[in-house]
Amino acid sequence: MSTKLEPTAEQIKEQKLYASMGLTDEEFALVESILGRTPNWTETGLFSVMWSEHCSYKNSKPVLRKFPTEGKHVLQGPGEGAGIVDIGDEQAVVFKMESHNHPSAIEPYQGAATGVGGIIRDVFSMGARPIAMLNSLRFGELDASKRVKFLFEEVVAGIAGYGNCIGIPTVGGEIQFDPCYEGNPLVNAMCVGLIDHKDIQKGIASGVGNTVMYVGAKTGRDGIHGATFASEELDENAEEKRPAVQVGDPFMEKLLLEACLELVKFDSLVGIQDMGAAGLTSSAAEMASKAGSGLEMNLDNVPQRESGMTAYEMMLSESQERMLIVVKKGEEQPIVDLFSKYDLDAVTVGVVTDDKMFRIKHNGEIVAEVPADALAEDAPVYHKPSAVPAYYTEFQQMDNVEPAVTDYKETLLALLQQATIASKEWVYEQYDHQVRTSTVVKPGSDAAVVRVRGTNKGLAMTTDCNSRYIYLDPEMGGKIAVAEAARNIVCSGGRPLAITDCLNFGNPEKPEIFWQIEKSADGIAAACLALESPVIGGNVSLYNERSNEAIYPTPTIGMVGLVDDLSYTTTQEVKNAGDFVYVIGETEVEFGGSELQKLQNGRIFGKAPVIDLEVEAARQQALLQAIRAGLVQSAHDVAEGGLSVAIAETTFGTKLGVEVTLEGSATSVLFSESQSRFVITVAPEKAVQFEEVVADAKKVGVVTEEATIKINAANNDLLIEGTVAEFQDAWKGAIPCLLKSEA
Amino acid sequence: MKFAVLVFPGSNCDLDMYHAIKDELGEEVEYVWHDEQDLSAYDGILVPGGFSYGDYLRCGAMANQSNVMSEVKKAAEAGKPVLGVCNGFQILTEAGLLPGALLRNKKLKFMCKNVDLKVANNNTMFTNQYAQDEVISIPIAHGEGNYYCDGETLKQLQDNNQIVFTYSGENPNGSLADIAGIVNERGNVLGMMPHPERAISEVIGGAEGLALFKSIVKQWRESNVNQA
Repeated sequence: MSTKLEPTAEQIKEQKLYASMGLTDEEFALVESILGRTPNWTETGLFSVMWSEHCSYKNSKPVLRKFPTEGKHVLQGPGEGAGIVDIGDEQAVVFKMESHNHPSAIEPYQGAATGVGGIIRDVFSMGARPIAMLNSLRFGELDASKRVKFLFEEVVAGIAGYGNCIGIPTVGGEIQFDPCYEGNPLVNAMCVGLIDHKDIQKGIASGVGNTVMYVGAKTGRDGIHGATFASEELDENAEEKRPAVQVGDPFMEKLLLEACLELVKFDSLVGIQDMGAAGLTSSAAEMASKAGSGLEMNLDNVPQRESGMTAYEMMLSESQERMLIVVKKGEEQPIVDLFSKYDLDAVTVGVVTDDKMFRIKHNGEIVAEVPADALAEDAPVYHKPSAVPAYYTEFQQMDNVEPAVTDYKETLLALLQQATIASKEWVYEQYDHQVRTSTVVKPGSDAAVVRVRGTNKGLAMTTDCNSRYIYLDPEMGGKIAVAEAARNIVCSGGRPLAITDCLNFGNPEKPEIFWQIEKSADGIAAACLALESPVIGGNVSLYNERSNEAIYPTPTIGMVGLVDDLSYTTTQEVKNAGDFVYVIGETEVEFGGSELQKLQNGRIFGKAPVIDLEVEAARQQALLQAIRAGLVQSAHDVAEGGLSVAIAETTFGTKLGVEVTLEGSATSVLFSESQSRFVITVAPEKAVQFEEVVADAKKVGVVTEEATIKINAANNDLLIEGTVAEFQDAWKGAIPCLLKSEA
Repeated sequence: MKFAVLVFPGSNCDLDMYHAIKDELGEEVEYVWHDEQDLSAYDGILVPGGFSYGDYLRCGAMANQSNVMSEVKKAAEAGKPVLGVCNGFQILTEAGLLPGALLRNKKLKFMCKNVDLKVANNNTMFTNQYAQDEVISIPIAHGEGNYYCDGETLKQLQDNNQIVFTYSGENPNGSLADIAGIVNERGNVLGMMPHPERAISEVIGGAEGLALFKSIVKQWRESNVNQA
């Protein structure tokens, strides 16, 4: 028997073999005291994955407690597969975002694909029908190396490969490029689902004697210790961890999805949970722990893809497209029949017990026996020391200075060609964004809007995070990330409901990194309160470092809003010649972390833009009120690159142009990245009403028949003039051009 | 008129096809699982897009082995309208109901966007509600839509007016002779890569595909009235 080749308990302890699985000496001692003995090899494996940061949040728990998680519409907050928010009519929206950064760094296609697959399972394990996908991606500079291009192309292909095949539209997302992500790209995937209240499921194993069943794909030796791998820094030997990356099968998941959505209609179903990170171990231990039960599992019955797998391998495998379910005793056969329609396994592997123990049998022997709570709940929680980084102190002492710009038009053209600003058409054309025929606003506008079939409502959704601001000032940047997401939702005609977050940071054991985590969480929490958008779930990805260099702190925000009536749906493009152009919000001299600063200096420094959350909330409310009153033709938030970029973007894809006159110092008014600003167009006959509703909107110009962009200064100096085509070509061509360039 | 929307493991445009018929056209429609042995109750057969069996072997090859396909062939022989879109087109070529094959897109990438299509033959049961040479905007979403056939087959297609839709302007996938959709010789089996069922409502960006479904219903009504 292969288990005999495994190290003995004594060897594990004496040779500190647990260390290679990520357990510290103190943690191993704690395991011994919980068990009252030294754990065997399999048990050591169980604790190591369940107590990894990825599964236990042992380093981030104190930070996560900062987030507001309750709201009157929240039906399910953090703790289950995904959060749930009521949208009326006995329906609810279910969503969550999750990272798959480390796998994508070494095996980008499968890493990204299984990231998509995993988050989809989180949503349908709640009983919800997945209706849309989004993502948030970070890479190094596209012209830095062939490797960056390869990562970018393969990640996009992996997302497309999985999402297109399973038939869930990828409707939105964001991508930024910065050198800090070169060795450690970020791949965050978000799934949004719809559910009827009565179908909401939980991952619990309750009812002593009830049957534990394994459904879906067979277990193989892939992804072993994936969760542990996700909780370490990447180093030069990272490639050796490739076996820790799972392999995705979207066809299998499509079958599992359809079977599970039929399954949730069964009264005999007690609980269901995805086998994601830490596979069988986490799903079984968590389901038992949440119900206050125990669980006994016989691994001999687990469907296996290969022979001779040990208990350790089966328990730690992260093979994809599997679910663990608990059903009422004696009602297994209808479930077996259901899954066989889809050619899927549904096998009894265990039973719910009352002794709170998680007991695993293999080849007739008990191979592990540990308290379920110890795995799921009792991981140590660390309050890591935090320290203000020297760079922050230095940056805060810098004054806001307006950079020197001589040619405004050339600068605008250059900004439009920055990969972060440039059109992402090359990317989203590879994603099927229309399947399910519900996509009302397609990728490329501020937020995507997906209709709720059978109603006149829609769901607006977006992902956002400007990590440069967060690096410069984590608290301010954290506020901005949430505010920008909300701006995008509002510009599309939605009212923000809630957020999910993906907290991507470096190594939390470094006090400066932990300080970034804490401060950005403070900022996110403050903005969630001000914008009445609680956190209903998310994921933490730490140790995003390569060769000791951390990424920028990148807490990605995924937000969903409700468009109460599809007639409120608004896009960023100008609609009719003669409409008035308005700008909401003041421009200050704020270039810290801006695209212009990066373009000119190749790096960022100074203070992040300032945001006043009260002003932000008031403006968003006023704008939404105007949109709902039918006063707004187009709405676009001002983001990277400043007002000139935002104005140019409103003409792209139309046959129209704009002419505006902007007051203030030219460089700032064109390129500063001051917050809480919008570009709005309004039909002339609605102008008076609009100005009443949005008091701080300032009329700056008009939409023109002629497809040109003309920006004048208040003193009538011509700042920028050119055809829409020349700006649009630069913007559209940039990414394809960078991909063809020689690195 | 009563339609069947076939559902293979991995089909994913079945819902879109179903709702196009039910919500926008107001006709009867039912999902039919791939092991169904009898399609005689249906007046029209819709083979939707997606990734049947994951397209792991060759697009449409596995689906063609399903029980239901012999029934689809019977329906085609009986002169009933059979429409295959995207993966459905691929399945119909695998089944030999339409000539040629669909290869990888020329640029080797999946592509999802709206394209302009020219109605190259409006004298079919699928296009009688369009004008000849009318240009319509219809979404595509495929990785393997590059139509190919040998020279002799192409000549037959052209001589018999079997090329129903061609890409107008940009050819997105490298298809031979800009072919986007073809019918069989008899004219009752249409395969096309673009998705008319995704262009059935202004809410989702356009309704220029609706006339295709209306054409089918019009033809069916007229022929049934004539029989009566």
